[in-house]
Amino acid sequence: MNIHEYQAKEIFKEYGLPVSEFYVSTKATGIGKAAYELAPGPFVVKCQVHSGARGKAGGVALVETPAMAEAFAAKWLGNRLVTKQSGPHGKPVNRILIERAIDINKELYLSATIDRASARLTVIASASGGMSIEELALTSPEKILKSYIDPLVGPQPYQGRELAYKLGLTGSQVNAFTKIFLGICKMFVEKDLSLVEINPLVITKSGELVCADAKINTDPYAAYRHKELAELDDPSQEDPRIARAVAAGFSYVPLDGNIGCMVNGAGLAMGTMDILKNLGGAPANFLDVGGTATKERVMEAFKVILEDPNVKCIMVNIFGGIVRCDMIAEGIKGAVEQIKISVPVVVRLEGNQAHLGEKILNECGLNIVSARDLRQAAQLAVNAAK
Amino acid sequence: MSILVNRETKVICQGITGSQGTAHCTQMLEYGTKLVAGVTPGKGGMTHLGVPVYNTVTEAVAATGATVSMVMVPPPFAADSILEAIDAGLELVVCITEGIPVLDMLKVKARLENSNTVLIGPNCPGILTPDECKIGIMPASIFSKGKVGIVSRSGTLTYEAVKETTEAGFGQSTCVGIGGDPIQGSNFVDILKLFENDPETEAVVLVGEIGGSAEQDAAKFIKEHMTKPVVSYIAGASAPKGQRMGHAGAIISGANATAEAKQKALMDAGVTVVSTAADIADGLKEATGWN
Repeated sequence: MNIHEYQAKEIFKEYGLPVSEFYVSTKATGIGKAAYELAPGPFVVKCQVHSGARGKAGGVALVETPAMAEAFAAKWLGNRLVTKQSGPHGKPVNRILIERAIDINKELYLSATIDRASARLTVIASASGGMSIEELALTSPEKILKSYIDPLVGPQPYQGRELAYKLGLTGSQVNAFTKIFLGICKMFVEKDLSLVEINPLVITKSGELVCADAKINTDPYAAYRHKELAELDDPSQEDPRIARAVAAGFSYVPLDGNIGCMVNGAGLAMGTMDILKNLGGAPANFLDVGGTATKERVMEAFKVILEDPNVKCIMVNIFGGIVRCDMIAEGIKGAVEQIKISVPVVVRLEGNQAHLGEKILNECGLNIVSARDLRQAAQLAVNAAK
Repeated sequence: MSILVNRETKVICQGITGSQGTAHCTQMLEYGTKLVAGVTPGKGGMTHLGVPVYNTVTEAVAATGATVSMVMVPPPFAADSILEAIDAGLELVVCITEGIPVLDMLKVKARLENSNTVLIGPNCPGILTPDECKIGIMPASIFSKGKVGIVSRSGTLTYEAVKETTEAGFGQSTCVGIGGDPIQGSNFVDILKLFENDPETEAVVLVGEIGGSAEQDAAKFIKEHMTKPVVSYIAGASAPKGQRMGHAGAIISGANATAEAKQKALMDAGVTVVSTAADIADGLKEATGWN
């Protein structure tokens, strides 16, 4: 799960990480008032949306006066910010953050994430802050420093010092950095995060370290033990179709094509998209209905898929394990009947009692075509969507 | 021969009395798996599905001589169950549970490094050696005894590979689902090593997907050490960047994570790479000369 910068900075404060004093408001007047509290300027004003690359899109500004801060907020609140990472429709701006501008001497990069290969929490740092780490990894990988945390021993101060010296820090900055290093590791573990990113970590002209930005992603698998994080969820930042699918317990990703896909299992769902594309079709979505394809779930999945007006045909691909295919067929039949689906539905059922399922679908008199295997089903769906 | 499990393998199930545990253990017993005991804390002393239930793994192992455990407990308790199985000295632990917090898995991985236990999973469909032993949730009816080793990061896509090899008449030596999570007990290389050394396995199907760089590691191993033909399908060539495609592990971030990069690495290692799951049997024919 993604959270907003202001929420991340609140958590940073809990862990003693240095952030500038800031205010957040849903109203332009609130931002004007906050600016007077923070005065004198200049101020930084930032749109709060679940997306990176806000600065380049105009969603972050340096302003001199409270009136200018208020004008920035009035311009953005209620509108959508479209960034390189936000998708073509952008994200709604419902809140603005304001903080006093800091005198920047140098920008560093600092993040923590899980490194799959070593199965360790890994802290990544670079003296080249401000730019995207992906870009840096491509152009100058030697400038990226890494520190691996033993899950049984935990982060150690020497690891923080080592990074600090390699980053060229001196004097009291070394201890300040080590404190931040230990703080983000503690926060990562206690809150079950999947990413903490501070870009940039600023060295001010007076030599202090300040987290100028704060990005946090949480581990969805650990949501059950972090009710406090669940409260930070902001569904307005999600495509409404995704929000609905997630509420129903599906994995769903909308795509640009016109063949709706309903599949059990994430791998097979990707496999279905791949073969559709391979045969010249275009999938409208990725949707994993999960292991239990009951009538209710199938019906809900059809509804999610059909909310996309581009869908001209639906391909259902269920590889039954323990679930009997005749039960799934009944579910599909019931769903097509009940929600009056008008587009053709191609169904491929495999596994336990597949022939019985096929018989039910062939004899139901609805706009359902049953297919024998993956390739045939995909071909039928591609033809139907033309 | 086969890898990891055969008809002699004695298995216990942690979480046997739960609804999932009950359903799948029933099927495993029907398949002929030597499921000799179950473990559910607080239910020691009872009999479930005709096998004794113990409070702890250590007790179950001492009483039955089991060497393998299948973990089928809810995510909040799964890491604890795996650690218990490691401490009881089991040779193999197969964890089916989906949704174990990543940080819990880091501890499990660290503990595994100092043990002789092999972990398969989590978030995997299990292991099956046809006509001998089934551990997990794979649909037994699609398997047939044969000569292809299958290793896969996905569940239902594994079944697709199994179906392809069964219908082509090649059959499977053993099929291993290693799971779709970012942190896994065993990776492709671990399983490829076993297939390379298994006389019954004549060719290997590797089903990968976008995300991470496990396929590149596999490619390196294949290039340097594998003598047997390998056919591979990588799911997710059509997936958009930066989107998590169902599996926590399936997200394109970084240059190694794309399907194209993985396919290229595997092709460079001499692997026959097919572009859809429906081409796996054809890929095998091409790679082996079988018909």
